[in-house]
Amino acid sequence: MELIFGAVIGLLTSCGVYLLLRLRTFPVVLGLTLLSYAVNLFLFAMGRLRINAAPVLGHSERYTDPLPQALVLTAIVIGFAMTAFVLVLALRARGEWGDDRVDGGIEKTASTDADDDDFQHPHQRSSNDDGGGAA
Amino acid sequence: MNRLLILPILIPLCAGCLLLLGRHGGVRAARGLSLLSATAQLAVAGLLVDQAGDDIVQVYTLANWMPPQGIVLVLDRLAALMLLATTVLALPALIYACGGIDRQGRHFHALFQFQLLGINGAFLTGDLFNLFVFFEILLIASYGLLLHGHGPRRARAGLHYALVNLAGSSLFLLAAGVFYGIAGTLNLADLSVAVAVADADSAPLLAAAGLLLLVVFGLKAALFPLFFWLPRSYAAASAPVAALFAVMTKVGVYAIFRVGVLLFGPQAGSLAALFQSWLWPLGLLTLALGATGALAATTLPLLIAYTVIASVGTLLCAVALNTVPAITAMLYYLLHTTWISGALFLLADMIAVRRGIAGGELRNGPRLNQAWLGALFFLGAMAAAGLPPLSGFIGKVMLLQATPTGARAWLWSVVLAAGLLSLVALSRAGSMLFWRSNENAVAHAGGGNNALAIVLLLSTSVLLSAVGGPITQGLKNTAAQALDARAYAEAVLALREPPR
Repeated sequence: MELIFGAVIGLLTSCGVYLLLRLRTFPVVLGLTLLSYAVNLFLFAMGRLRINAAPVLGHSERYTDPLPQALVLTAIVIGFAMTAFVLVLALRARGEWGDDRVDGGIEKTASTDADDDDFQHPHQRSSNDDGGGAA
Repeated sequence: MNRLLILPILIPLCAGCLLLLGRHGGVRAARGLSLLSATAQLAVAGLLVDQAGDDIVQVYTLANWMPPQGIVLVLDRLAALMLLATTVLALPALIYACGGIDRQGRHFHALFQFQLLGINGAFLTGDLFNLFVFFEILLIASYGLLLHGHGPRRARAGLHYALVNLAGSSLFLLAAGVFYGIAGTLNLADLSVAVAVADADSAPLLAAAGLLLLVVFGLKAALFPLFFWLPRSYAAASAPVAALFAVMTKVGVYAIFRVGVLLFGPQAGSLAALFQSWLWPLGLLTLALGATGALAATTLPLLIAYTVIASVGTLLCAVALNTVPAITAMLYYLLHTTWISGALFLLADMIAVRRGIAGGELRNGPRLNQAWLGALFFLGAMAAAGLPPLSGFIGKVMLLQATPTGARAWLWSVVLAAGLLSLVALSRAGSMLFWRSNENAVAHAGGGNNALAIVLLLSTSVLLSAVGGPITQGLKNTAAQALDARAYAEAVLALREPPR
């Protein structure tokens, strides 16, 4: 059982890391999700793997450590909220930026380096100002 | 049990919830409540600093569950000091936001309070997993705050910031899992004892977990090579948010220091000084690259963001030295850089508003008529670059004096060269902004509150140098207490229930 468990965690982690390094936001978010699954399983295993053991005293002959289960529960809740948030953020970035590349698109990064967006902002503002002045 | 310890967490929590519930109550009520909460936190932080002054480590057991099973809040001089640093920064940032920035999006004040909740909690908690939870709270609030106001820049910077930090959270959980798997506890004091008596088999695993924690905290602190998310995020954030973020890197520095002392201090045997050998070169590199980045920055907020990175490098070099004088200097410089970086972010926004479309870009733009604005920038830049007589200079001198002879060649040359680079960058920016103007001034509606916030923050630098003597003495006691892992562990574990 330990072998399977360990292999699953390893597989999930490696898939997660691979996806995390992808270019588009959706695989990256999936990668984060896989990674958090792996982490949750790992945390769970830190209380040692036991079969037929409830995490409650007096319920069964042997009992298992309840604390990692509480930790996993907390981690799941937090991870869930974070994933939802990142998805919304990715959608919004896609909507505002026009594509779903994590680095913000090739033609934009090619024209200048990091400061491309800094240049764009004032122009947008200036056109707005002109409109306001004409009105 | 001192119930005051829970207040820095309860006050922003209640205020944040009330702000969410009463979100239709109007801007005025929200501002009032938010300012009231920040003021109350400042008062409590002041009281706690006073109470921590008797050198007794105070412990608050949540729900009366005794350590090591229960979660504890621990107050020593260091935690109290960090709370004070946060609240002193938060109040002016909030005052500045009330000048109108808080209306650019919804829930600004609630998010701000939740962010404070996370920061305060991270400083107070004595439990590794609880530290993770508070990190997540401050992060998710900061994601929201970063996106406050609109613009594609913010969405993209926010996406990077969120993705990087989520990956970091996974690593944090892995590290916490390994610690629990080996030591069977997550209480920092209990872990400190457990790591000290760990056998040779588990030592490599503990070292791996410890270094994972260093990566996570280094990510928060913007340690090389994990700082690439910072400049763009900070430069994209609205001014009060960027100002508050100035303390977030310090949360990372604090966590590195605290975990480094408690878990991998001299008592840890073969694992002693695990962080130091990494922090020393990485801190120096962070400092050098931060200063270089400041020189290359094309906008004022970006420049200030790079000086934040440089300051983190300075702080972590001091943490790597790990002696009482070095930590004293570290704490002094930490207070200085937190408050001054906050002031500069606010000031940059004020300048950008007055330059119309030129904004914060470092190029010729409209004339800035306000002489006082130039004076404020001059003062802030002097403090940030470390010119006498302001606090940046004193902090750096303290650090240079605290350097042992063997380490001097490296630290002195890098700190002094980085100081020169920041000075060049800041003075170039200043002359560009204030002297090379080719257009007429832009009309704008200036707010008196905004200037008040900046003056408040800048005056801390004057205060830090004016009453430098007593402050340094207090910080020396703080450093001595913070470096004593045994006293911390004993204070917490004294509450342990006797074995039946």
